[in-house]
Amino acid sequence: MVTGHWRVRAAFALIAALVLALGVAACGGGSNDDNTGTSGGNSANLIKSNPANKGIQLTVGSKNFTEEYILGNIYAQALQAAGYDVKTNLNLGSETIAYKALQDGEISGYPEYTSTLLESIFGKTTVPADAQQAYAQAKQELEAKGETAFQPTPFADANAFGMLKSKANELGVTKISDLQGKSQDLSLYGSPECRERQDCLVGLEKTYGLQFASFNPVDIGLRYTVLDKGQADASIVFTSDAQLSANPDKYVLLQDDKGIFPAGNVIWVTDQSTVQKAGPDYQATIEKVQKGLTLPVMQELNARVDIDKQDPAAVATEYLKEDGYIQ
Amino acid sequence: MNTTVIHLGFLSVFPDAIDFILHQQPARTGGVLVGGPDQTLHLVGQHLKVTFLALFAAVAIALPAGVILGHLRRGETVAVAIGNAGRAVPELALIAFVAAFIGVGLGNVTIAFAVLGIPPILTNTYVGISQVDRNAVEAARGMGMNALQIVVRVELPLAVPTIMAGVRTAAVNIIATVALASLAGVSTLGDYILGRNVYGDEGVVAGAILIALLTLTLELSLAGLQWLLTPRGLKLARAGAAA
Repeated sequence: MVTGHWRVRAAFALIAALVLALGVAACGGGSNDDNTGTSGGNSANLIKSNPANKGIQLTVGSKNFTEEYILGNIYAQALQAAGYDVKTNLNLGSETIAYKALQDGEISGYPEYTSTLLESIFGKTTVPADAQQAYAQAKQELEAKGETAFQPTPFADANAFGMLKSKANELGVTKISDLQGKSQDLSLYGSPECRERQDCLVGLEKTYGLQFASFNPVDIGLRYTVLDKGQADASIVFTSDAQLSANPDKYVLLQDDKGIFPAGNVIWVTDQSTVQKAGPDYQATIEKVQKGLTLPVMQELNARVDIDKQDPAAVATEYLKEDGYIQ
Repeated sequence: MNTTVIHLGFLSVFPDAIDFILHQQPARTGGVLVGGPDQTLHLVGQHLKVTFLALFAAVAIALPAGVILGHLRRGETVAVAIGNAGRAVPELALIAFVAAFIGVGLGNVTIAFAVLGIPPILTNTYVGISQVDRNAVEAARGMGMNALQIVVRVELPLAVPTIMAGVRTAAVNIIATVALASLAGVSTLGDYILGRNVYGDEGVVAGAILIALLTLTLELSLAGLQWLLTPRGLKLARAGAAA
């Protein structure tokens, strides 16, 4: 039976190699290199290293998806440039885990969306549409717990109603309320939790009075794939998605004319004792370095990681150099 | 419920999870009522639908293949290699692969989960059929049975315990994993498990409890089916061996 075993092993090795090869092929696909830079360097932006910050330890946290990895790396590298002793913990899972890590002192701070913070951590059911109002409310809630937050980023991430441009043209729609009388023939895709969310299917049904032919839950990584393959007529996407900036002529977002998608700007959540310990450069550096993060820039940075498969840390360094925050 | 309390011990969520199954309650994100018997029964039905479709597809492919290979006592290499390789493929990767390259929806999801069920059924059917006592097969041939009669009246009945062990393994693998269909266009109990922001921790635990109960129920039902299918003589022989 020695030869028999050998053949079993050989067959197994062959199949394993095939499976691996398929996996590698799947990961390698879809790369394009037509990057355009964000903006030129600006010497006024340069972050100066302050000797007074030496020896002050800060641990930068982040949640576990592309945009958060990039933001975490940007803040970490900027704080390092300001002279702080920076460590990172950039794979913290959901907001519950990241916020708990902050409360336990495992991290000094992490970037969080105001809408997520208010809804998921503080249990609010409505979120102010205005970025400053949402920030003020979030800050007030945080300060009651001995924490605080810095100013919001220029960009906001929100749910959005995405379609192929060809489909939107065919239906003649530019805003969501145009779908009245047409939506019953459309299949809608979104994350599994979209079905019961106010800022998703529930809002479309209740506020807009739309009924769709079907709602189908998919992994957030597949929301563009189902549009591309023609299985979905519409997909609930995020405004900062890489695919939107990479294919501006392919996808279109319908205008949310009744305001059911609250925008979440990102705020740096930290605790008050860290703010005191770290001195004024802490807040100044974070608020300075995020000034260039408008929606198109954030989409572009996400695209470099999601579509061009670059490392988030390298993409963060590019951003900081291109805008002249570091040399 | 305050989210910061939840970390103290997830066991405390159990009563809330049962309550979530029995009574509708407001979604964490507001605006609608979620949970309760209606939504839960709908999702349980969907979960079972995908499970049975995939299990039947797996049996329909693997059982005839295993019977033919086992009857001929050939192709051990193929049967065992497919069995082993099939078990080495992570289902999440398979779902992602199928969804990205073939598409989402009930048909495609059924294929992905059938692939999960084929290896144990194929391997066990092959082993069960090929290990039937040769003397019994020769006796059947001596009585004038043709190949089909030998398979149906001698080999299959005698291999029932081994084949059913494979079917039970496949069924448990499938029903416990079908929650992933909620990532590929088909609502199942995975909706509860994957939608913590909406359903809360009680929804996640409710989904897990229900899947565990469904798995045990299916396993016990198939054990009953196996008992019904096993020939009386084989049961007596086993009882005799045990005594």
